[in-house]
Amino acid sequence: MRDVAVVAFAQTVHTGHDAGQNEAEMLRPVLDEVRRASGLGSFGFTCSGSCDYLAGAPFSFVSALDALGAWPPISESHVEMDGAFALYEAWVRLQHGDVDSALVYGFGKSSMTDVREVMTLQLDPYYLAPLGLDQVSFAALQASAARSRGSGADRAALDEIVRRSRADGRANPYALDLPDPSGEEDEVGPLRPYDVAPPTDGAAAVVLAAGDLARELAERPAWITGIAHRIEPHYLGMRDLSRSVSAADAARAAGVGKGPVDVAELHTQFSHEEPILREALGLPDGTVVNPSGGPLAANPIMVTGLIRVGEAARRILDGSANRAVAHATSGPCLQHNLVAVLEAVETR
Amino acid sequence: MGNRCAVIGVGQTRYQTKRRDVSIAGLVREAALRALEDAGLTFADIDAVVIGKAPDLFEGVMMPEAYLADALGAAGKPMMRVHTAGSVGGSTALVGASLVQGGVHGRVLVVAFEKQSESNATWALSTHLPFSASLVVGAGGYFAPHIREYMRRSGAPDHIGTLVAVKDRQNALRNPYAHLRIPGISREMVEATPMLWEPIRYLETCPSSDGACAIVLAAEDKVTGTPAWVHGTAMRSEPIFRAGRDTVSPQAGKDCAADVYRQAGIADPRRDIDVAEVYVPFSWYEPMWLENLGFAAEGEGWKLTEAGCTALDGDIPWNASGGVLSSNPIGASGLIRFAEAALQVRGMAGEHQVDGARLALGHAYGGGAQFFAMWIVGSRKP
Repeated sequence: MRDVAVVAFAQTVHTGHDAGQNEAEMLRPVLDEVRRASGLGSFGFTCSGSCDYLAGAPFSFVSALDALGAWPPISESHVEMDGAFALYEAWVRLQHGDVDSALVYGFGKSSMTDVREVMTLQLDPYYLAPLGLDQVSFAALQASAARSRGSGADRAALDEIVRRSRADGRANPYALDLPDPSGEEDEVGPLRPYDVAPPTDGAAAVVLAAGDLARELAERPAWITGIAHRIEPHYLGMRDLSRSVSAADAARAAGVGKGPVDVAELHTQFSHEEPILREALGLPDGTVVNPSGGPLAANPIMVTGLIRVGEAARRILDGSANRAVAHATSGPCLQHNLVAVLEAVETR
Repeated sequence: MGNRCAVIGVGQTRYQTKRRDVSIAGLVREAALRALEDAGLTFADIDAVVIGKAPDLFEGVMMPEAYLADALGAAGKPMMRVHTAGSVGGSTALVGASLVQGGVHGRVLVVAFEKQSESNATWALSTHLPFSASLVVGAGGYFAPHIREYMRRSGAPDHIGTLVAVKDRQNALRNPYAHLRIPGISREMVEATPMLWEPIRYLETCPSSDGACAIVLAAEDKVTGTPAWVHGTAMRSEPIFRAGRDTVSPQAGKDCAADVYRQAGIADPRRDIDVAEVYVPFSWYEPMWLENLGFAAEGEGWKLTEAGCTALDGDIPWNASGGVLSSNPIGASGLIRFAEAALQVRGMAGEHQVDGARLALGHAYGGGAQFFAMWIVGSRKP
């Protein structure tokens, strides 16, 4: 495979409320920032991720092209998925060898909808959605399964995950300022309100470059030495919810276990997903998980996964890590998982 | 362009207004199984699945790839979901081809669908406040002014749209999968239908269809059966609100065509291409795209249509399958164009086969005529 690296990453200062900007307005400064950081004004390929159901209108991604100023016309595509999957598509496109750079972005405004309810519409429309199971309820099923198996999802462990994530989030200028977790009320047992990632508005962008161009654009490119994703059956009853088989498969395919992992940025929309993913990815004890605060400190849907790649890459780019792992997910209860390994050295 | 890639299987459902007998999962699986059968393969032979469809609001299922993973045999594999407005079917094929061309996978299943009977697409496409002022109703309301501007610029006579509406429906009578099969279709019949959006009459528009289309793509060493080789792929997008953009003949369409022709070594599309499947949802888009795609000089496209050049027995048949005017499961319509182009160069298009077709164009567009996806497929290895 061709060597491809993240050479620039930018994100909005995420907000827990509607900050009065539409998607295009939110996106524009982030695009300008990665253009400045990479020094590239145009790109061989562009790919984005977003979801119409947040805005409740068809074609919510169309206006993003105006923010991009796609003129002259650009080679561009869009996934109705998290921006991390757009990054995967761009990485594949760079493998062709005829273009050397790609712009990837994602945006999402949770404030425009009720995420918890709208996620119900992601379920099988005939057999599952009519049951009215909302996102927190099906996540709670997974939390119970993980707890029953004794996989590090007991109350004390979850409290510590949230406390750590929120503290790290407070130290991250882009994440929300959330207080230490408190209160003993269940949201949907065994999950408490603070186990759920907060509704967030935000956008992010990443620039990928291949080979010599990457070396030219960045002092320490974050080389993507492995990237893979896998989906598993949709029906919760067909899965062992206490494990993530697809995350484990993706991690193996991406080569997570081939070396030490300094930092892992995991797409944990609920606190109990951290121990499940830690186990699936086979992360060593020394790995620092979600030093950015992770999704529990800022969860702009459709961007959260791309931010994980960006945050992992940032630590390679700034020299604070040599090998990092990024994870993104889609679908109910970690149905679909993407894992990328980012390294300072091209160790293919 | 990367590694060689070929279409080795095509599967379609019979397009119709309502498929009450199948779920969404049943619909996509029907197309997928037919494509696999055509390729002599099973789900076990597939490395990855790429699925495309137009806005999720059409069926009311958010990001339905999660729910459709099981029906498409995707569990344990990578699955991607593409959405690029009306061009999505074409883009989905290109994302699938990219996985093969990039050397990531050997065999990829590409599926696109729409089950329009689950909702009303015209209203789903009429965006409203606070997103934009509702100036138009449906896609026809948006595109009719562009058509009128084309007529003004080119001086095309009023009946050109009618000719396309008749020609594509005559072709549809030869395609067992086509939705609108109107025996004895004639100009009089089209002209007798109500005016919906001046100058577009009822029979000059595409239908709302339920349907799915699937193709199997393979790397050179994984080819089974009869391949249609991919000779070029291209996507182009431009902003919808850019002042000064030409919505009648968009630059993105011209650039996309130039890119895909360059890859396939096409100097003169009308001479070099044997058959084209082009996204014509309203009859007048045939002459407009004839010019945008370089088959005719500016202002001359309607003359080709009028002279019968684009008919099944013309020198450059367009939409031998009946096109979008005869079948329109929106999210699948682009992939159907790409798949029909492949069927033609594989010599497997049945009664609407263009004799000796060696090189074919598949085309799709979407949004405010701002998203374009195209490929060239051929019977010979590139």
